[in-house]
Amino acid sequence: MLRYLFRRILSLGLSLLVASALIFSVVELVPGDPASFMLGTGAQPETVAALREQMGLDQPLPIRYASWLGTILQGDFGTSFTYKTPVAGMILDRIQVSLPLAIMALLLATAIAFPIGLYAASHRGRAGDVAVMGGTQLGIALPNFWFAMLLVLIFAVKLRWFPAGGFPGWSQPLAALKALLLPAIALALPQAAILARVLRSALIETQGQDYIRTARAKGLTERQTLHRHALRNALIPVLTILGMQFSFLLAGAIIIENVFYLPGLGRLIFQAITQRDLIVVQSAVLVLVAAVIAVTFIVDLAYAIIDPRLRKT
Amino acid sequence: MILGAALAGLALLAAALSWFWTPFDVTQMAIADKLQGPTVVHWFGTDHFGRDILSMVMVGARTSIAVALVAVGIGMGIGVPLGLIAASHRGRWLDEVIMRGNDLIFAFPSLVSAILFAAVFGPSALNAIIAIGIFNIPVFARVTRAAALPIWTLDYIRAAEVAGKGTTLISLQHVLPNITNLLIVQGTIQFSLGILAEAGLSYVGLGAQPPTPSWGRMLAEAQTMVTLAPHVAIIPGLCIVLTVLGLNLLGDGLRDMLDPRLKAMR
Amino acid sequence: MIQTRSLSVRIGDQPIVDRVDLDLPLGTITGLVGESGSGKSMTALAIIGLLPHHAMASGQVLLDGHDILPLPESLRCRLRGKRIGMIFQEPMTALNPLMTIGDQVAETLLIHSGIDRAEALAQARDQLNRVGLPAPRFPLDLYPHQLSGGQRQRVAIALAIALRPDLLIADEPTTALDVTTQAQILDLLHKLVRDEGMAMLLITHDLAVVAGHADQVAVMQAGKIVETGPTEAVFRTQKHAYTRQLFAASRHVPSLIRSDDPQPLMQAHNVVREYSLPHGGDILRAVDGVSLTIHRGESLGLVGESGSGKSTLTRALLGLDPLQGGQITLDGRPVTAGRSMPRDLRARMQVVFQDPFGSFNPRWRVDRLIAEPFHLTGYPPDWRNRVAAALEQVELRPDDARKYIHEFSGGQRQRIAIARALITRPQLIVLDEAVSALDVRVRAQVLNLLTDLRKTHGMAYLFISHDLSVVRGISERVLVMKSGRIVEDGPPEQVMDAPRDPYTRQLVAATPRIPADWFPDPA
Repeated sequence: MLRYLFRRILSLGLSLLVASALIFSVVELVPGDPASFMLGTGAQPETVAALREQMGLDQPLPIRYASWLGTILQGDFGTSFTYKTPVAGMILDRIQVSLPLAIMALLLATAIAFPIGLYAASHRGRAGDVAVMGGTQLGIALPNFWFAMLLVLIFAVKLRWFPAGGFPGWSQPLAALKALLLPAIALALPQAAILARVLRSALIETQGQDYIRTARAKGLTERQTLHRHALRNALIPVLTILGMQFSFLLAGAIIIENVFYLPGLGRLIFQAITQRDLIVVQSAVLVLVAAVIAVTFIVDLAYAIIDPRLRKT
Repeated sequence: MILGAALAGLALLAAALSWFWTPFDVTQMAIADKLQGPTVVHWFGTDHFGRDILSMVMVGARTSIAVALVAVGIGMGIGVPLGLIAASHRGRWLDEVIMRGNDLIFAFPSLVSAILFAAVFGPSALNAIIAIGIFNIPVFARVTRAAALPIWTLDYIRAAEVAGKGTTLISLQHVLPNITNLLIVQGTIQFSLGILAEAGLSYVGLGAQPPTPSWGRMLAEAQTMVTLAPHVAIIPGLCIVLTVLGLNLLGDGLRDMLDPRLKAMR
Repeated sequence: MIQTRSLSVRIGDQPIVDRVDLDLPLGTITGLVGESGSGKSMTALAIIGLLPHHAMASGQVLLDGHDILPLPESLRCRLRGKRIGMIFQEPMTALNPLMTIGDQVAETLLIHSGIDRAEALAQARDQLNRVGLPAPRFPLDLYPHQLSGGQRQRVAIALAIALRPDLLIADEPTTALDVTTQAQILDLLHKLVRDEGMAMLLITHDLAVVAGHADQVAVMQAGKIVETGPTEAVFRTQKHAYTRQLFAASRHVPSLIRSDDPQPLMQAHNVVREYSLPHGGDILRAVDGVSLTIHRGESLGLVGESGSGKSTLTRALLGLDPLQGGQITLDGRPVTAGRSMPRDLRARMQVVFQDPFGSFNPRWRVDRLIAEPFHLTGYPPDWRNRVAAALEQVELRPDDARKYIHEFSGGQRQRIAIARALITRPQLIVLDEAVSALDVRVRAQVLNLLTDLRKTHGMAYLFISHDLSVVRGISERVLVMKSGRIVEDGPPEQVMDAPRDPYTRQLVAATPRIPADWFPDPA
């Protein structure tokens, strides 16, 4: 177990390092150099030179990367070029919307998908299964932002049950949750459809295994084998998908924020792109990628908890 | 399966037709006719500039399909050889390097790379293609490797080795032909995911730029007047749903048809 | 006591089991023998009520005189595990990998009796002790992956007999195990039946296993019981023609031809093969200083159980893996791995594998499959004629060349594999468990073919098998391998009748045999 943990932590650190280097070097590909790019064509040469110096562009690339990485490790992402405020604080503010949204969507997706997947697997081939799986086909085909627009149209504009957009801040927890609920549903439903399908096929696959036959020979009913044996074994492929879905949800959250005018990471990024604020974009992308890598790490740990075969040595 | 093929075929047909003919010119504005509901002249109605939605949807299909298709091409063209190489070096360092590299790219969802590219090079349809394509690479590499690994344990591979064939020849002659079914199915899935991703990217302005119509951007433009004229938002969305649904049904059907295990059971 | 009356199973319109009558009295072992596809397993699944959904059973299954076949599923679940238990062929996959062995045995007790988990685990402990997995060495919280195949089969037995059922069905319980483990498991089952007074239905393709353990035997062919009675009487009289064929094939020995050319063809000197184990990083020495010689035209047998290193040695001899020590020569020239070995040298040895299904690329036609070794020599202009000739040599038709492999049966596929091995006219053919997957009658035909081919072509065979009795029939000399070393080397009669090495003695003793005096005198 310790060896497994050690290997995982090592690969986590290495992934973060390489990912940060990738992000850093893509930004270097900018036409001209980052300073003149950010200031635009009409900028005074003196201003450009000042920014160059502030960004340390006169130093060679590896040294700049190292010092960039060093300051980030201390929690300092630099200063936004447009807002003149520390990027770390801006991202921290915005992530308070995006992260809860993604987590809420993940929980919702799981809560919807598990009953559906279990139901479909235990009624395999029957009318209920066919109907439910047809529904998930539709769910997968749904672009989440369009679905979000429809939700707004129905529940906010027509029925007025929910606000159509905006975010009151966490000082009003209930109103904040209410503001996040429609976006979370919009994000969760297509993902729940995928998850339900994966769970169903994983369950059906494990239901065909030899040890299920052994369990049936002990006298377990088909339902009992499903819950006592198949479900736990089916969790392994489901977990993989769950981990991948978190990265889609995080990305999806960025798009959905636009539909609901939520002040999340997504809004920040799109503003930064139009303002050519490379420092903000770079930092935000790094945070997103690091989150995805961290989730992969957590999924790896969860494997070891479920599967004793990984715990040996 | 037939329904899937029909829906996907319809989208393709609309896209192909749009090269030669659309009911109206998509750049032609007629403010007087703006925001009409479906009529005999404008089957799907008009948008806020009075442009014909049917025509825009047809040209939009072209954009979506082209982006998704090229992205799948990039993913397959690079991912499949990588997966084959990894499988033929299974357990050795090259396999490890390729797969860890894949994991890393997997941490960059297409939206995230599109953001990065858009910030650096400015937004464009090409960025969307590259971002989606890059994300497709590890998908195909993983599927290829996972499918190729069990084949490498089979005795016909041993027989080919005894016949003096090297790993490249074996990968091409024995492994690849036996996993093409799976790759076709995965290709359909990635194609439909590509259409969704393209729609998402152009919705947030990171994909095709004006005046090129695209389903995602039509939705973004429709958002502000969704209460006034819901059809402007509903029609492009339905196009996406039906195309993706068609492709997914087609993929499922192909899998059932091509899977030898299922075939043997029938 | 459990009986079946006119028990039939059909899938669609296809009858799988046809009016089977069996009496399974308490305290007796009934052997059910037959070839693959004869309906043995379906009969067993019909008795316990675990048929696949698309299969329909009819007739009667009587438990103490009451027909249990029409009972609803919920009631049948109460009988399964309590009155009827079952163990299966593949111990490696028969246990849930995510559940401790204690919980898996306790589960049988928990679902049938109202006891709590602690009590169930205590009883599970007793059951595991009884099947030879005693307390300190085998704690309840072990997971299946920490056990060997034989040990897993013991766990499967423990959970099947935990509630002392009336009937234990054992479907090929030892087919996936090594010979020595097989003997231990069969002895354990035998003892449990005697101690508990259970009935046992022992399903097997192996007549010798039945001869050693079953009180009565039923011979099954194409869904029907063709002959039944006390084991010894059935074996001695062999009333039915099919029974006679099975017996003739199982003790079939092709007329052996002797090679008289003592020149060495392949020589191995102190061969060492090591590889590092995944995850652990430990080095495993699979082949540990093996030296052997194959003479021109000789038929050499190599016997070993799983893990003996015989597969690793085979790969090394074929020039597929690099050596960590020693040297292998063919015709005096070194055998090396990969491309460093000259093609013309490679063309002098070919191979036939065990698995008739995995040995051929399903997307190629037979002609292309058979011609693949021409990659070594270059395709001769008349290669299609050569393929046709090879097909005729293995007693197939030349126009089979245009077919795909799925159109052939297992025995035909092995013939095609032999044709592929023959095509470059090699001096050595390695036969790696080449008949192990075949039914006895087909196996006898393939062994005959191999003997005939050696007569006409004069090539040498290296015949690798886990089964001493098969190797005996086709080899002039037998090597026995254990833990990466060759422990015995001699003519088959000597190895079988007067083994020198203690391991060989153990192996010979464990190999099931039909007592020689049970066979009717050849008239």
